[in-house]
Amino acid sequence: MKEIRFHGRGGQGAVLASRMLSTAFMAEGKFVASFPMFGFERRGAPVVAFTRIDDKPIREKTQIYNPDCLVVIDPSLMKLPTLFSGLKPEGILILNSPKPLKSQPNDNLKIGGVVSATKIAVDEIGRDIPNTCILGAFAAATGWLDLQSILSCLGNYLSGDILQRNLRSAERGYREVEVVRW
Amino acid sequence: MKAQKGQVRVITGNAAAAYGAMLCRPDVATSYPITPMSEVAEQLSTFRADGLVDTEMVEVEGENSAMNVVVAATLAGGRAFTATSSWGLVFMYDAVQHASGFRAPVVMAIANRETPGILAVSGGQQDIISTRDTGWIQIIVEDCQEILDSVIMAFRLAEDYDIQLPVMVNYDGFYLSYLAMPVEIPQREDVDQFLAPLKQQPERPKLIPGEPLGCGTHGIDVGFVELRYKHCMAMERALEKVDEIDREFGEYFGRSYGGQIEEYRTEDAEIILLTSGGTTGTARTVVDAKRDEGVKVGLVKLRLFRPFPRQRLVEALKGKKAIGVIDRSVGFGWNCGPMYMELRALTPEIGIIPMLSYIDGLANLDITIPHIERVVDEVYAAAQGKPYQEVTWIPLEE
Repeated sequence: MKEIRFHGRGGQGAVLASRMLSTAFMAEGKFVASFPMFGFERRGAPVVAFTRIDDKPIREKTQIYNPDCLVVIDPSLMKLPTLFSGLKPEGILILNSPKPLKSQPNDNLKIGGVVSATKIAVDEIGRDIPNTCILGAFAAATGWLDLQSILSCLGNYLSGDILQRNLRSAERGYREVEVVRW
Repeated sequence: MKAQKGQVRVITGNAAAAYGAMLCRPDVATSYPITPMSEVAEQLSTFRADGLVDTEMVEVEGENSAMNVVVAATLAGGRAFTATSSWGLVFMYDAVQHASGFRAPVVMAIANRETPGILAVSGGQQDIISTRDTGWIQIIVEDCQEILDSVIMAFRLAEDYDIQLPVMVNYDGFYLSYLAMPVEIPQREDVDQFLAPLKQQPERPKLIPGEPLGCGTHGIDVGFVELRYKHCMAMERALEKVDEIDREFGEYFGRSYGGQIEEYRTEDAEIILLTSGGTTGTARTVVDAKRDEGVKVGLVKLRLFRPFPRQRLVEALKGKKAIGVIDRSVGFGWNCGPMYMELRALTPEIGIIPMLSYIDGLANLDITIPHIERVVDEVYAAAQGKPYQEVTWIPLEE
């Protein structure tokens, strides 16, 4: 099983990103489960979302404590003291940030993928909703699924012009992510 | 005859509840949004707007009206659905009791949530525990597929001529209401087919404008007692009916859930865990891991809470050495979990063995794998004759 923990803020699409990712993995024949954890629905409040991927049905209904991968959609959350809690060795970080990582932020990190997703989202979508760009970056940095699976699943959630804009945003995330290995 | 394969989509528990309702083509639906079930109302309205159903969606100013509307709709002979959570359920408390007193076959989905305090925007089962003696049938489910399937089965149960009682389909708020997982969505015609036996039954009495008819628990003196008794007898009939509908659903759609309870690896088990809701899924993984270590542990999922599956539980638990019950709510006045408290009432039939109560998962706290492992270890030790603590509030001991 692979476990992914998303950290974002209300309005950035962390919840939807975790669902989209599940749908994309399902298209590749995997079993999936994802859910967010938040109290009131508030724009700007920290949001955590969890996604599990496996070759067999997923029965656990718990939060994720030992992620294989962290997806950080809001760069300010890098300051969270608990951000890397429980990260497995060989861990992967996907980060939305305009700046590259200066150093390895956690000993268990093996791969860091940084993409300027907010800028790309504003360019392509016209608003700071970086989630689909991040998913493109996720596909490139983890190598766990094809970009095409991400692109195909977006049509389940979006349509028309906004779908086209998000497809471009995801493609750019895939191409422009800078991957560092430690 | 078998149902056709349905489309599999990644949807949330709330969406699954809405799909289940939509497939049953309710005449009337109404729902006042509340976290964490608002999505049910949104989805139903979307289905209506997309022309997938011609359900009359009644806009209401609060949950109390929501329940009164669906009660009236069912008494007029219609099929009606609503959904709520936590304070929403509290706000319709009088109407909830009207519903069962009227023998109104309403189906209601509930995303379970805590009730005390304005900030109790968190999961927990205290909301349904507060309604356990309202005369509703209460089903508690484990995942999104079971939510969808159980809403369909709930209509078969509620509207059955021998039952005619309202049914709640409960799922954990947050942990299941927002859980997105692949769900097979049955075909419309197949759901029509599954519900078709209801049409073969005698028509239930209905209110018609201009034709005076009394209904509900309005009798006085012995008349009232008789209505209460008949209500209780309908609850008793529901026990077997739940198993029967579940079996039929399984034969037709290929998925079944055990009816009143589901037993998992109980046959040769020495000790048993009793759980409900989403926690059951997590507990299955713990049971498997403990089995690999040689611990003979089994799991019973309490799927029906009202009526209480007395006979099925006794059959599953008789001869076991110890039982641990995990509750996501509190039984005030007993200092233990409510499901534990109810199980204890079966002691004369099950026998005097250690029964341990665990309170966990209140206020959205997670019932984690280590928590459940701890429960298994302690119940196992109790089965070996070691001293044990009867009631444990897990989060307070971490």
